[in-house]
Amino acid sequence: MAGSGFFRFSSPASFFPLAGRLVPVFGWLAVLLTVVGLYIGFLVAPTDFQQGESYRIIFIHVPAAWMAMFTYLVIAGWSAASLVWNTRLSAMMAQALVPTGAMFAFISLWSGAFWGRPTWGTYWVWDARLTSTLILLFLYIGLMALRSAIEDPRRADRACAVLALVGSVNVPIIYFSVQWWNTLHQGASVSLTAAPTMAATMLAGMLVMSVAAWAYTISAALHRVRSIILEREAHARWTREVAR
Amino acid sequence: MIEWLSMGGYAYYVWMSYGMLAIAIAIEVFALVARRRRALEQVEQYDEETGFTEEAT
Repeated sequence: MAGSGFFRFSSPASFFPLAGRLVPVFGWLAVLLTVVGLYIGFLVAPTDFQQGESYRIIFIHVPAAWMAMFTYLVIAGWSAASLVWNTRLSAMMAQALVPTGAMFAFISLWSGAFWGRPTWGTYWVWDARLTSTLILLFLYIGLMALRSAIEDPRRADRACAVLALVGSVNVPIIYFSVQWWNTLHQGASVSLTAAPTMAATMLAGMLVMSVAAWAYTISAALHRVRSIILEREAHARWTREVAR
Repeated sequence: MIEWLSMGGYAYYVWMSYGMLAIAIAIEVFALVARRRRALEQVEQYDEETGFTEEAT
């Protein structure tokens, strides 16, 4: 099993050094892309003719919101894998992604509030998009609370996996909320099926910042999963090689 | 520069958004480093409590 192929890196002992090599790669990629993204967002992209400069919040709001939703789906995917194959590492990956996903969910709500105030005249409304995103943040917090409430890590893995899978129904609700209900929140400006309704440089800044968010999330999650592996495999002999 | 920082009168909203992102990332990076240090200490502590050594295994 420890040889080659699909499951080669599914054991914590062989994944640990691989993750360690990838953390700085994705970390520096995130830094680089953030610099480029902010440069485009603040110095290249033009002022919006309706919203003035306030629209520049888009360069963190949209990437954070996408990242929060996507990360939740990845957590649900790892959770499903851990339930089906009973692999420890899948559950650890799911666990490692939760705090970063929560951070982006919070940032999407926070930046949305500070964008909503000048454009809608309010920081918060109980509209479908905003409410379902708040539920996403609560799901992330719930996953962290549930894990810390269960002492046995393997039982915590299963409980969190079930919560992650049940909660994943919320992600399409967030995504389609602007179509299903009358919301104050605007519809999608960018989609796979239609031409984007924004200036090319604005779109470029947003996409670069989105890729930066991906790189950051990968780096942070891999860094965290290494700590989780150490916490849970303290009894295993191989951890001595990295601890000393 | 001052004009750029004023964000056409929207400085408060723009910088509150970006500022919170910077704070959030700083907190997360700090937490990541702290967690790794704790995890490594935990491994050391396990050895002291159990008398675990390379030779014993």
